[in-house]
Amino acid sequence: MSPAASPPPDGLIARLGKIFRTTAFKLSLAYLVLFAVLASLGLGYVAWNARRVLDDQIVSTIDAEINGLSEQYTAGGLRRLIAVVERRAGEPGASLYLVTTPAGEHIVGNVSRLPADILARSGQYESYYGRGSDADPSEHRAILRVFNLAGGFRLVVGRDTEERDRLRAAIGNTFGSSLALVVLLGVLGGWFVASRVLKRVDDMTETTRTIMAGDLDGRLRVGSAGDELDRLAQNLNLMLERIGELMRGMREVSDNIAHDLKTPLTRLRNRADEALRNAETPEALRAAMEGVIEDSDGLIRVFNALLTIARLEAGNAPESVSRFDAGAVAREVAELYEPLAEDRGLSLTVQIEPDLSLDGNRELVGQAIANLLDNAIKYGACASASGPQEITVSARRADGVVQLRVADRGPGIPEAERERVLDRFVRLDAARTRPGFGLGLSLVAAVARLHGGSLDLADNAPGLAVTLSLPAGAA
Amino acid sequence: MRLLIIEDDREAAAYLVKAFREAGHAVDHAGDGLDGYALAREGDYDVLIVDRMLPKLDGLSLVRSLREQEIATPVLILSALGQVDDRVKGLRAGGDDYLPKPYAFSELLARTEVLARRRTAATGQSEATAYRVGDLELDRLSHRVTRAGREIVLQPREFRLLEYLMRHAGQVVTRTMLLEHVWDYHFDPQTNVIDVHVSRLRAKIDRGFEHPMIHTVRGAGYVIRADEPQAS
Repeated sequence: MSPAASPPPDGLIARLGKIFRTTAFKLSLAYLVLFAVLASLGLGYVAWNARRVLDDQIVSTIDAEINGLSEQYTAGGLRRLIAVVERRAGEPGASLYLVTTPAGEHIVGNVSRLPADILARSGQYESYYGRGSDADPSEHRAILRVFNLAGGFRLVVGRDTEERDRLRAAIGNTFGSSLALVVLLGVLGGWFVASRVLKRVDDMTETTRTIMAGDLDGRLRVGSAGDELDRLAQNLNLMLERIGELMRGMREVSDNIAHDLKTPLTRLRNRADEALRNAETPEALRAAMEGVIEDSDGLIRVFNALLTIARLEAGNAPESVSRFDAGAVAREVAELYEPLAEDRGLSLTVQIEPDLSLDGNRELVGQAIANLLDNAIKYGACASASGPQEITVSARRADGVVQLRVADRGPGIPEAERERVLDRFVRLDAARTRPGFGLGLSLVAAVARLHGGSLDLADNAPGLAVTLSLPAGAA
Repeated sequence: MRLLIIEDDREAAAYLVKAFREAGHAVDHAGDGLDGYALAREGDYDVLIVDRMLPKLDGLSLVRSLREQEIATPVLILSALGQVDDRVKGLRAGGDDYLPKPYAFSELLARTEVLARRRTAATGQSEATAYRVGDLELDRLSHRVTRAGREIVLQPREFRLLEYLMRHAGQVVTRTMLLEHVWDYHFDPQTNVIDVHVSRLRAKIDRGFEHPMIHTVRGAGYVIRADEPQAS
């Protein structure tokens, strides 16, 4: 082996194998085969048709000759026929003539040899024949017609087919070479397309691999052609964008959760710590422990609320969907909160239309109204003591939705903040000093989404009016 | 009362066993569904506390099998599963009560005791038409409440609240239990809504009497009882 031997062609073979396996290559191969078959059929038809036309032409020429000769024969008998044949046979051309004795011996004509069996019966044949002197061994092809004349003499009229055969050969050559060209171009084209597409797909695979390896900011290259691969790359980029967004959102939520739970956990820990250090009497210790338990219960409550929101946002429609009267639920929950509102010096008014049935989860809708009322009672007190201290709970039907509305006369929420308060753990500054975790409205929003409804926060001038709109049940 | 706890988490099970024993109950423990099923079939328990996710035989199938065997021991299902419907599924499978994790032990204890009492009551006679706790009487048929012979006028909801407390006289009932049974909602009331209702009821029942009957149990709930509790 020479030291300069080329490296083993494994790489090339692998590359070829990859190209052979590509969809583009398989497709172009399939088209190639289809096209070759169609081209063969078309060219074959042309060749067949040309031959037929030529044959027809030859036969009609022979027919004309025969007509002429038969006239001569009728007019002047065998002798005249022989004379005419002799004259014509002497002329150059593709026409062939022969008159024989009943025994088949040559009388006159430009055909020197014929297969013996042709002369035995009259009719049309395509056959070899010898021309001119017997010394010329070359054989030609011709279409011949044999007639029996009176007395057993035979007349053979024919025409050489050399011209026709040359044309056929030419057609055949054209056919073969064009087919070869089609195959060659097809293979090259397939190869070109396959390797081009393959290169771009390989690029995409490479990029996605680096993205999967952790480079979430990586994006696929989008060409300017706007073709399928570009669109695919675009969509994949959008998908990556969305995933990134969700990841950021998730990180934000978990950061928030960690941050917002740290405060109550620290308080819990401090309370226990202080009890351990300072509680002198069993009673003090007991009171401290009870406080610790209360704080823990609060935390459990937060976790439960978070879990519920997460479940609702996962969007699995609960199976326990039933038809219920949302008005009745609003009334019951309002009644549940009425004493609490009264204790805080707020009057609670209920305005509910009859028959507000909807299909949904009664528990969740009840909890949503409870959360709204809870907020209204916590934050809905009018700043001036002389102002109206009222909360209105109303339920009505409008345009195929049931609107459950809780309105207070408190400070309300500035328009810019209305979107934000629906997020988890968002508490406006005014609320920071009150107990709570900023989950109430998030849960209401999640309930609205789950039911295919909406949540709207509006100015109650003064105060806040929250409307939970849920699709009404079909009548 | 005799309890069987079927829970595969060792730590959680050990905590429950200890806590229930300290509360004065006899407790057995099974670590998987099949063991639990066998014990539940043979032992005479007052309440079964069944975790939903168990190795070998899951909690709901276990309860369903027990009910098919016509074993009517009350079952409380514990679950960490995340679906809104879990409660409904648990009750449909034959559970008597359902508590999602995480829960406060006081809540579990209160619910377990109520279930156990329901069982002893059920084996006795059908539900009473009147309750009496000390000098407080409630007639379920005529909707009349009297204390020491004096009539007390209650709103319908207050009546049902008192009825539930008196049915479980001497037992702690939690706020969520009250919301479930008196208002028929299963969510967690965020502020002290229930407390306000109880204090209104308390004002009507206890005002003007020497001994209050409705007591608050810190970190747990309420209990109605005729006498001051003995110091323990």
